[in-house]
Amino acid sequence: MNNHKIRHLIEPEDFTLEELNEVVALGKKMYEAPAEYKRACEGKILATLFYEPSTRTRFSFETAMLRLGGSIIGFSDANTSSVSKGESIADTIRCMSAYADIAVMRHPKEGAPKLASHYASIPIINGGDGGHQHPTQTLTDLLTIKMYKETIEGHTVAFCGDLKFGRTVHSLIRTLARYNTKKFILISPEELTLPDTLKRSLKQDFDVELQEARYIEDVISEIDILYMTRIQKERFFNEADYARLKDSYLLNQSKLSHAKKDMIVMHPLPRVNEIAYDVDDDPRGVYFKQAELGVYARMALITKLLGVDVSC
Amino acid sequence: MLEVASIKRGIVLDHISSGNGLKIFNKLMLDQVDFPVVLLMNVSSKDMKRKDIIKIENSIDIDLDFLGLIDQNITVNVIENNKIISKKKVSLPKKIKGLFSCHNPRCITNSDDYVKPTFHLVSETSMEYKCSYCEEITKYKL
Ligand SMILES: [Zn+2]
Repeated sequence: MNNHKIRHLIEPEDFTLEELNEVVALGKKMYEAPAEYKRACEGKILATLFYEPSTRTRFSFETAMLRLGGSIIGFSDANTSSVSKGESIADTIRCMSAYADIAVMRHPKEGAPKLASHYASIPIINGGDGGHQHPTQTLTDLLTIKMYKETIEGHTVAFCGDLKFGRTVHSLIRTLARYNTKKFILISPEELTLPDTLKRSLKQDFDVELQEARYIEDVISEIDILYMTRIQKERFFNEADYARLKDSYLLNQSKLSHAKKDMIVMHPLPRVNEIAYDVDDDPRGVYFKQAELGVYARMALITKLLGVDVSC
Repeated sequence: MLEVASIKRGIVLDHISSGNGLKIFNKLMLDQVDFPVVLLMNVSSKDMKRKDIIKIENSIDIDLDFLGLIDQNITVNVIENNKIISKKKVSLPKKIKGLFSCHNPRCITNSDDYVKPTFHLVSETSMEYKCSYCEEITKYKL
């Protein structure tokens, strides 16, 4: 085993801004010249421990490791593996530490990857835990912003949709606040506003302004980066509320016509009906590129956590 | 006033807010110990109108963190050879492990037996604790 101290990525705060910048810069280099890194993780194994299915995130990680020349093991659904028999996370991860060099964990329970990191002797990556955090999506988002907006700092960022349970929003908003973003616009139905504890810590720790809005049209002309999220039907008590609200949080060409020419529209995907298909051909819609960049952000992260030399 | 013989060696929990005595007695499971224990309720007090007192004869380990959560008025007197050798006010613990559960039903600490819920204090006035795992706030209530 290497001598370097084991690092994990459980929440974005595990990395300093310098380290986040380093991963973003490396992700950009990997995107521009992927062939140079095709043997960077030769002989290394990534374990993908998915306690709930998430095809997209798992494929993104597996692709990242394969493109680095590494191998993968893992499970994609806890019901088909021994972990469903009630094995504690501590036991699972102690065994996995012997099999693999690095692991990514997706878990429906909040705090599960953190618990795993306490018993692991390999780096643990949080691949999403309940409604809590999704730090590799944050890396993906930072890389996307860097690619399209040149800097991560200094933009008016709006989040739209389910801000209550949207873990991608929680991870990114905290991180952008650390990057000295001073104002966020929060567009959501009353039932799905950003959690109070998060609002409180954003105001206390970073002195940011949070402007709340109910409709996209009211604020779209001010926005530099519009981050859309999915509103799930299960979050509503009745069908009628969902039906009434879902169109308010739908982005289409007619709403987009009031936006800045260089605004970008991001989305962690999968989308259901919050972005109309007519937005796909608009150059401002960068969400598919964002998904592609996710692979390179994860490649950069894996090499950093494994401590492999990538200076080529 | 009701008198109870003082103890030679042990612990006296004094200035318990009236009504909390029985709760603490139960929480500490003092009904299951085999050494002398006295619970005094509604005793008149100089600085409080009425208070409860618990006297425990025998030096046992009392979890001070735990007492701080229940009632911050409590004074803990440790007695050796008929003398008070230390007198401590309890306070709210900054960090807590395993004393109560996280109120977030989606938190891993509520579904994995291996892990003890762990918190740190975020607000003294409202007794709010932040979970180290899911980061949700739990307000402690007795
Ligand atoms: Zn919790």
